[in-house]
Amino acid sequence: MHHSDETAIDTLRQLNRRKFMLRLAKAGGAIVAAGGLAYLFHDPKGPDARPPQSKSAPIELPDYSAAQAGKKMAVARGADRAQTLNSALKALGGIEAFIKKGDCVLLKVNAAFASPPILSATTHPEVVREMVKLCFQAGASEVRVTDNSINDPDSCFRLSGIAEATEQSGGTLFLPNQRYFKPFTLENAALIRQWPLLYTPLHGVNKLIGIAPVKDHHRAGASMTMKNWYGLLGGRRNIFHQDINTIIAELAMMVKPTLVILDGTTAMMTNGPTGGATSDLKQTNTMIVSTDQVAADAFGATLLGRQISDLPYIGKAASAGCGVSDYQSLKPIEVS
Amino acid sequence: MRIVIVRRIAQVFFLLLFLWFCVASTFGAKWWQLRGWPVNWFLELDPLVTVGTILSTHTIYRGLLWSLVTVVLTIIFGRFFCGWVCPFGTLHQFFGYLGMRGRRMKERRAAHQYRKAQLIKYYVLILFLVMAALPIGSSVSLQTGLLDPIPLIQRSVNLALLPIVESVSRPLSAAPRQYEGTLIIGGIFLTALLLNFVIPRFYCRIICPLGALFGLLSRYSVWRIGRVNMECTHCELCETACEGACEPGDKIHISECLLCFNCVDNRCHKKYIGYRAEESISGENTAPDLGRRGVLVALAASAMAVPMIRLNGGLASNWHHKLVRPPGSLTESEFLERCIKCGQCIRICPTNVIVPASIEGGFEQLWTPVLNFRIGTSGCQLNCTACGHICPVAAIRPITLKQKLGLDEFAEAGPIRIGAAFVDRGRCLPWAMDTPCIVCQENCPVTPKAIYLKEFYNTVRFGALKVTKVTGNDVEVFGEYLTPGRYATGDYFLARADGGAAHPCIRIVSNTGTGFTLTEAPQFKPGEHIDLQVKLQAPCVDITRCIGCGVCEHECPVSGLRAIRVSAENETRNTKNSLTLERNRV
Repeated sequence: MHHSDETAIDTLRQLNRRKFMLRLAKAGGAIVAAGGLAYLFHDPKGPDARPPQSKSAPIELPDYSAAQAGKKMAVARGADRAQTLNSALKALGGIEAFIKKGDCVLLKVNAAFASPPILSATTHPEVVREMVKLCFQAGASEVRVTDNSINDPDSCFRLSGIAEATEQSGGTLFLPNQRYFKPFTLENAALIRQWPLLYTPLHGVNKLIGIAPVKDHHRAGASMTMKNWYGLLGGRRNIFHQDINTIIAELAMMVKPTLVILDGTTAMMTNGPTGGATSDLKQTNTMIVSTDQVAADAFGATLLGRQISDLPYIGKAASAGCGVSDYQSLKPIEVS
Repeated sequence: MRIVIVRRIAQVFFLLLFLWFCVASTFGAKWWQLRGWPVNWFLELDPLVTVGTILSTHTIYRGLLWSLVTVVLTIIFGRFFCGWVCPFGTLHQFFGYLGMRGRRMKERRAAHQYRKAQLIKYYVLILFLVMAALPIGSSVSLQTGLLDPIPLIQRSVNLALLPIVESVSRPLSAAPRQYEGTLIIGGIFLTALLLNFVIPRFYCRIICPLGALFGLLSRYSVWRIGRVNMECTHCELCETACEGACEPGDKIHISECLLCFNCVDNRCHKKYIGYRAEESISGENTAPDLGRRGVLVALAASAMAVPMIRLNGGLASNWHHKLVRPPGSLTESEFLERCIKCGQCIRICPTNVIVPASIEGGFEQLWTPVLNFRIGTSGCQLNCTACGHICPVAAIRPITLKQKLGLDEFAEAGPIRIGAAFVDRGRCLPWAMDTPCIVCQENCPVTPKAIYLKEFYNTVRFGALKVTKVTGNDVEVFGEYLTPGRYATGDYFLARADGGAAHPCIRIVSNTGTGFTLTEAPQFKPGEHIDLQVKLQAPCVDITRCIGCGVCEHECPVSGLRAIRVSAENETRNTKNSLTLERNRV
């Protein structure tokens, strides 16, 4: 390159006033922007020490009990679940007394464990099948089935036969997933505060029916219809075992069901609540259908040979006004 | 149709097929889930898996026979697998294409020229095969899976890509998957892809031990690429898109040719390059130029590898208690002769309890399947044997449910134990903190439960009280330091301080700051000392029944370091690790 060329380029490269003013303006703009952003984002206080509170609107659980149904209970004896379920319901005025045309029904089953129906650790698929069918017969527009399982949910619903029973009878299965949960606070409760609740399957439902088997449970004494609502909780719900009686009573306060169905056809007497062998089971041939979950569980305790005083949560739920522990006062209708 | 178009269609087809099999390796009953889809097919086509396991176990397991097809076709046609089938190779080719876009001829020619570094892959192959073959000391170690491209891409898609996709879209399984150490698995995968911007097909040309194996196999290939006649203008167009960097216009490196056919295609408009039985006019390098000295040094160095790794005592007294293997896994030394770290068992596990091992358990064990009971939706499911049935190399045997649970003809052998649970009494709520819990016992799926309970009443802290007044079921005590309602849970009782079975505890219904209401009228007298007691059920593990499924550890409410934890002690597969005496009697 010639020397003269270089000089020419140097001249071109030299800063002139115009260019300098332009650069100053850009620099000034950048400084103002940096200052502005710092002002906008500056947080002199720092974050709160309290855990973040949920910003979404508080969710509420309505009263699902059927109008003018009152507190009543029917007990049917026999080994055929479909038959005992039907006759117990008939004794209470038929399914039509509870499910009306257009109702959206949720069946809260017990599908806690990946265990086959023969081991009775989960709600029997026959009861689910029959109940879905009956709800549709009464005119329900939708029947949902759900539970927040303890074992892998897919395996639980498959192996228990509940998935198949639901799908074949036209019900909708809601396998739990994280997006289904919303924090829920039960008024006057000590434990259920800002706690994840299995909400999506409940959303839009106007009738709620709990279906539970009768099972031995070392911590609670027995696992029946009230304990079954545990499956509506999410999060690290196991910490509630520290105060099992209070949490079960709070669950009974939280849910005002249309009906509870306590399937005592085969009761798990020992090794509960997982069971695992048919030797843990006893044929007790009883189907309890009630609008009073406390009374249903009090009756169920007799199938396990337990005293009501062995199950403090029954007394607690009764004192909280969830039902009566003296099930005889409901004059249960016995059908055989 | 032009042959390169056919090749591209084949590449896209096999890549999509591979990805589809990854998606289908999901546990479930839907049509797209594991329903007889040949999800291991690519692993089975991979002759490095087969050659490795032949050397280490002297057997060809089940579907691995498929690799014979690949071997035969390679001997006839050359490295077709690399250029036409390998899903990892297809990705490399695509990234290499991106990197080459807009580059000038000269740069392309430079990028695709043969490099000495391409010999590295043969040394990698020698290292892995010697490790798999040479029993120095205890046993051999199959480590091909670290760099074998099919297990590598399978692992990367299973454990890094799909979980990322699942975390932003709808999960394929019940919950988004979590795995420890995925950063490294995914990081290696991404690095391998990005290296294509430095040198196209970097991995294939320089690292890939499977490519090296194919390179050796193609030495006698019947048909091969080569110069057809001498009337060549040396325009070097044929070498501006050569995937294998085998220099087809010059003295071609047969072992490097991936059969991409870019040279044969319209690159050489005069058709001086062809695919035929005759030798190339410009001569051939039929084998990689490793040299006798290079091979000998590589062999000697490789022979040191396994003994060096095992100096940590990982297969002896220093075995790692965290290596809880899936049910049906072979004894650790046999396991390491087979596992190719493909991650199929990890992906199929319905509860996400199987995760790739970190190097914590030993370098050899890196990315092999171990159970992490804090991750996932539950522990190892009692009625599940999915992992053993998907394992392409039988490192986890395909056991039946009867075998797993020890039923019928397996009753004498008993259930398969993958470990044992231990209660940490310093962390357990009932043992350490006078707080009822027993979630572990409740969830134990074994029957009769492997976790049993010790029941006792414990006087709580500040629980020594003095009665001031008794009215019916109500008891007033001296002082005023009770938290109202605290003892109303149904787990608290009052008992005479002199104790003894003759003075049963009476359950507390409710309490105020100074008194209690009981379930029945007590016989306490004013001035008498009484104890405020909590009824505890404390969990203990019956080592003869525990199978190590870890459901207890998963459910334990002590959510950090769990108060009940499973370690590999007493596992069935390693009799050396037995705990109880009767286990040693065979």
